[in-house]
Amino acid sequence: MTHSPWSLDVAMALLEPLRDEPGPVLIALQAIQGEFGYVPSEAVALIAGTFNVSRADVHGVLTFYHDLRTIPAPPNEIKICVAEACQAVGSRELEKALKATYAEEVCDAFCFGNCALGPAVMVNGKLIGRATAAKVAEEIK
Amino acid sequence: MSSIKIYIPGDSAAVSVGADDVAREISRLANDSKIDIEIIRNGTRGALWLEPLIEVQVGDDRIGYGPVQVADVATLFKAQFLSGGSHALSLGIVADLPWLAKQDRITFKRVGIVDPLSISDYQAHGGWVGLQRALAMTGEQIVAEITESGLRGRGGAGFPAGIKWKTVLETTGEVKYICCNADEGDSGTFADRILIEGDPFTLIEGMAIAAIAVGAQEGFVYIRSEYPAAIAKLSAAILIAREFGVLGGSVLGSTHSFDIRIRVGGGSYVCGEETAMLESIEGKRGVVRSKPPLPAIAGLFGKPTVINNVLTLASIPAVLADGAGSYKSRGVGRSLGTQIFQLAGNVKQGGIVETGFGISLGELITGYGGGSLSGKPIKAVQIGGPLGAYFSPKNFDIPMDYESLIAAGGMLGHGGIVIFDTSVDLAIQAKFAMEFCAIESCGKCTPCRVGSTRGAETIQKIIDGEEFEPHKRLLLDLCEVMTDGSLCAMGGLTPMPVMSAMINFPEDFENRVGGTK
Repeated sequence: MTHSPWSLDVAMALLEPLRDEPGPVLIALQAIQGEFGYVPSEAVALIAGTFNVSRADVHGVLTFYHDLRTIPAPPNEIKICVAEACQAVGSRELEKALKATYAEEVCDAFCFGNCALGPAVMVNGKLIGRATAAKVAEEIK
Repeated sequence: MSSIKIYIPGDSAAVSVGADDVAREISRLANDSKIDIEIIRNGTRGALWLEPLIEVQVGDDRIGYGPVQVADVATLFKAQFLSGGSHALSLGIVADLPWLAKQDRITFKRVGIVDPLSISDYQAHGGWVGLQRALAMTGEQIVAEITESGLRGRGGAGFPAGIKWKTVLETTGEVKYICCNADEGDSGTFADRILIEGDPFTLIEGMAIAAIAVGAQEGFVYIRSEYPAAIAKLSAAILIAREFGVLGGSVLGSTHSFDIRIRVGGGSYVCGEETAMLESIEGKRGVVRSKPPLPAIAGLFGKPTVINNVLTLASIPAVLADGAGSYKSRGVGRSLGTQIFQLAGNVKQGGIVETGFGISLGELITGYGGGSLSGKPIKAVQIGGPLGAYFSPKNFDIPMDYESLIAAGGMLGHGGIVIFDTSVDLAIQAKFAMEFCAIESCGKCTPCRVGSTRGAETIQKIIDGEEFEPHKRLLLDLCEVMTDGSLCAMGGLTPMPVMSAMINFPEDFENRVGGTK
């Protein structure tokens, strides 16, 4: 998951094909984050201008969704499922252990649909079943 | 001699426990020995505790081995597994495994069997039969057939699919939409994901039939960002279906046009609620809408819209292909057809169990599930996701159908069953239910937005050993306000896990001292 540095030209090129899409604001924000790893404030104004909506509307969408971030992503993204099925097989203990080791690189998630093989952790987009601290460590850059 | 076919699931669950590595190792060793093999990355059979479950085609049978780790691959070659040789991980003929053989797979009949992106495989296993039949029928006839089948919404609400479709059919409008809800956010559920990854054409066929029935030209699948493999699989399947002529200007050569777009969620649980999902597809904040108007009358972009869950739409092709009579011959009472149960959490044999409604909870958990993973006794099960009720083993005789579960103070939801052993503390689980609601509430209704935070605080006081009775009264009152005063199921059903935990496990709430029991 390597991301490009912010570039207005790249961002404009990303948004251009979305002009024909119905209801484009969320997919525009997702496209920006996919490219740059986060949504810089410059992108909010650009999206508002491109799709003729207010910056407040774009900000509203940006701040509603847990996935969207306004600061760059940490080097590793470790998402641990903290929902019930994973709780039943020790995710609370694993969450504590991971947070003690990787601090802010760890964030909570609710369900990866791997509920029969929990605890589930996603490290940089790769899903780990029956996760342990050792298995997570193997995936860390 | 043709190459030997080896099936290694490409499903995310199988991959999460090493299926990709196993596939690479088998490929490498076969290459070293100059053996001609063809690896097919099928979906999972749903027996997830056996993953990675590899299958070798030997004559007409598929011989299974599992769970296979990379270290086992060399010994598998030594045991001649390519001709079905015996090994410590041998499972025999996979279709004959009692766990699979006693299921009644209708919606999931192709999952784990076919190559998910092979249209010829799909056709060879009965694909497009339902769609072709639908193309020879009027919209009214299709809707009547679906109504007759008794199929109800598998997303959780259990609303009769045919009645919903009828409303959309009878609402006039140039533009209508089919929206598939693949925002499978409930913990303990994964059937939508496994179906999309293992048999995506079934969903596409179901959506196309819905479109023909109600006169829609465009469909959206709203799929969670937590399911990247399912997004990739469905995207690829849509491209293939366009090329094949199922999607596009002329559905299978007919005068109907239909196409599908994918929208990816933003990590918000409440967007699984149908009106919040519509807002999200429209690119807005996922805030729920008031009903009326019903989405069937004014839904996506204000147009008449069919909203169905993945499993509902994926059941449609079978209903049309085999007829309503065949489908409704399964199940009990007003819960007709099959339900795709999902066994999750602390369970020895977790996975997908598709069977007629009416099977007992105990048969699912001890029969199919084989008890807890940890080996400790089972203390609690939560049915129907984070908004579903907690039951104890005393309730194992409950028949699993919509009405019986409601009568027992619970709900079927999306069919997920999460199993907990004796280490679970139901007061902590009740508090989590409130905290989850506080995090995921869209914020529109005060009882949900504020009540969930107050609820979590109150349960914490009970956990801390403060006087139980007054806090219990407060909590009951709060739950009543949330149930009656919230627009959608998020606030309206969060009290269900809380109340059921208090009713079925009073010992976890009463007489606590400083955070312990």
